[in-house]
Amino acid sequence: MNVSTSDAPILEVRDLVKHFHISSGAFGGQAAVVKAVDGVSFAIRRGETLGLVGESGCGKTTTGRCILQLEKPTSGQVIFEGRDLTTLPDAELRKVRRRLQVIFQDPYSSLNPRMTVGQIIAEPLAVHGLVPDRGARAARVRELLGHAGLLPAMAHRYPHELSGGQRQRVGIARALAMEPALIVCDEPVSALDVSIQAQIINLLEELQAEFGLTYLFVAHDLSVVRHISDRVAVMYLGKIVEITDRKSLYEDPQHPYTRALLSAVPIPDPAVEAGRERIVLGGEVPSPLKPPSGCVFHPRCPIAIDECRREIPTLRETRADHRVACIRA
Amino acid sequence: MDVLLDVRDLQTQFTTSGGVVRAVDGVSWDVRAGETVALVGESGCGKSVSALSVMRLVSAPAGRIVGGRILFKGRDLLALPEDEMRKVRGREIGMVFQEPMTSLNPVLTIGRQLTETMEIHLGMSSAQSRARAGEILGLVGISDPDRRLRQYPHQFSGGMRQRIMIAMALSCNPSLILADEPTTALDVTIQAQILELMKDLSRKLGVAMLMITHNLGVVARYADRVNVMYAGRIVERGTAREIYANPRHPYTLGLLRSVPRLDEPRKSRLDPISGQPPDLTRLPPGCAFAPRCAFVVERCRLERPELTAVAEAHTSACWESARLDARVPA
Repeated sequence: MNVSTSDAPILEVRDLVKHFHISSGAFGGQAAVVKAVDGVSFAIRRGETLGLVGESGCGKTTTGRCILQLEKPTSGQVIFEGRDLTTLPDAELRKVRRRLQVIFQDPYSSLNPRMTVGQIIAEPLAVHGLVPDRGARAARVRELLGHAGLLPAMAHRYPHELSGGQRQRVGIARALAMEPALIVCDEPVSALDVSIQAQIINLLEELQAEFGLTYLFVAHDLSVVRHISDRVAVMYLGKIVEITDRKSLYEDPQHPYTRALLSAVPIPDPAVEAGRERIVLGGEVPSPLKPPSGCVFHPRCPIAIDECRREIPTLRETRADHRVACIRA
Repeated sequence: MDVLLDVRDLQTQFTTSGGVVRAVDGVSWDVRAGETVALVGESGCGKSVSALSVMRLVSAPAGRIVGGRILFKGRDLLALPEDEMRKVRGREIGMVFQEPMTSLNPVLTIGRQLTETMEIHLGMSSAQSRARAGEILGLVGISDPDRRLRQYPHQFSGGMRQRIMIAMALSCNPSLILADEPTTALDVTIQAQILELMKDLSRKLGVAMLMITHNLGVVARYADRVNVMYAGRIVERGTAREIYANPRHPYTLGLLRSVPRLDEPRKSRLDPISGQPPDLTRLPPGCAFAPRCAFVVERCRLERPELTAVAEAHTSACWESARLDARVPA
């Protein structure tokens, strides 16, 4: 397989499972199992952005962490540039990791408060031996700051002296320093103010075009995900319930959960809102400790039938390149 | 409609090591009986401090209300003795906060937290308050109230906790609820549930609501009137329809343009507001938004614009607001 062609996926996740064992009771009683990620498969092509959306606890962040090997998957494969990361020896993994970076939600807790911005960006350059010479490293830091839209003088500042948007730019510069191929963006704008969110999203798009980056964009904001993604996967309780290209997902959503999510997003226009039909889902996301039988969405589903209680729906293609896990779709 | 709450020229300051922060810098707004008014803006604009000032909950000694009047049903809350003020809080004005976990007492049952306020404020017996607590839980959509009242906050999900907060805010039949980012910590489907609930209840019970939020979609769906805040001041005010259809302050316009919308074709690029929000200890002499403004002229940097009428029931604090009028061709 020639990995450099744009059609070959840069990342392929196959039947990824991550279970967490938690002890119930203060004295370590019988362990319960949380199926945070329960059989997730998808592929990302080089240069594209896959949006991964869902509500808290759906497993989207855990999926991202399993890809980065920050969590050891219970089973399944994570094939990055042709190699399965789950079976790679540590020394090999370290080399691959450079090409696989992450931008976190909270730009404050992900930057060391005792280091200057310059040190934060320079450290991985030294550790990975990318730029061994000190002088050249300082120049590279200035260059990376520029890519992230920050002035060179920022190198001498500490994280607490920066605004939220500036901190997120530092996080982006640090990720870029590794010359990555794929960046997992885990809710990169949800902690930022509205006026700053748009700046960061534009920056991510510019960098993608300039450096040919591939993004896995994990987020809960469906409007932002539509803007940035080429393809979108919707997760619910550890499973992908729908995955397709952006246009199909937003114009022709097939899964009742996707439809409810889209309908729940308020539109900033009272005239539009007044005439809008809403699907307000009853109930809440069930506990992953005790997922419902059959389709995990059936207790909240407006179109559930008896069969949904019994049958676990598989992700099947209902239209070209549009897969849905619903027997009624 | 009667004016229920009338805030006039409110000024609240915080003394910090970096200097005096004028968090709320002379704002006036009102809420009429039964309506929903929004205070919209980004972090640090003073919207939460405005609500805390109304409740006189600004933390002293760093924070201080240094000027203005807060007239609630004609009485100036800033002039009330503390014991009188305590009768207003929770009794006449209810409050719902963003984080329901930290606003509920983790070591008291939900039942105790609900009944306590009613026993104190309404002088109910424990049997009466117990019955009423069960009734209100039903009202906010929590089933099996007898069992639920005996449970502790950690036994409830985030959405359920926020329902309990709403139940507490409503328990003493207030005429006004201050809701500070009531759904920001919640998932979208739960956010929709809670907002529908608040809207239904405020209509059914005739409670007025001040909604504090940064979410322009939430405002569009639920508010009758809107106040947009920036750097401690109100920069635009009007009915929700008017503000969204014809924003006349560059900041409001910028906010509306910078968010991607699901009902519109996808744009190839977002249209952000450039720059960063200002440092409140070092505000420029003119308009605080001038350094980020696309419509800035010389006058903006020198003189601070006041709110002036631009249409019926619509005011904007901008020297150049006429240039923004969508109804007048450029």
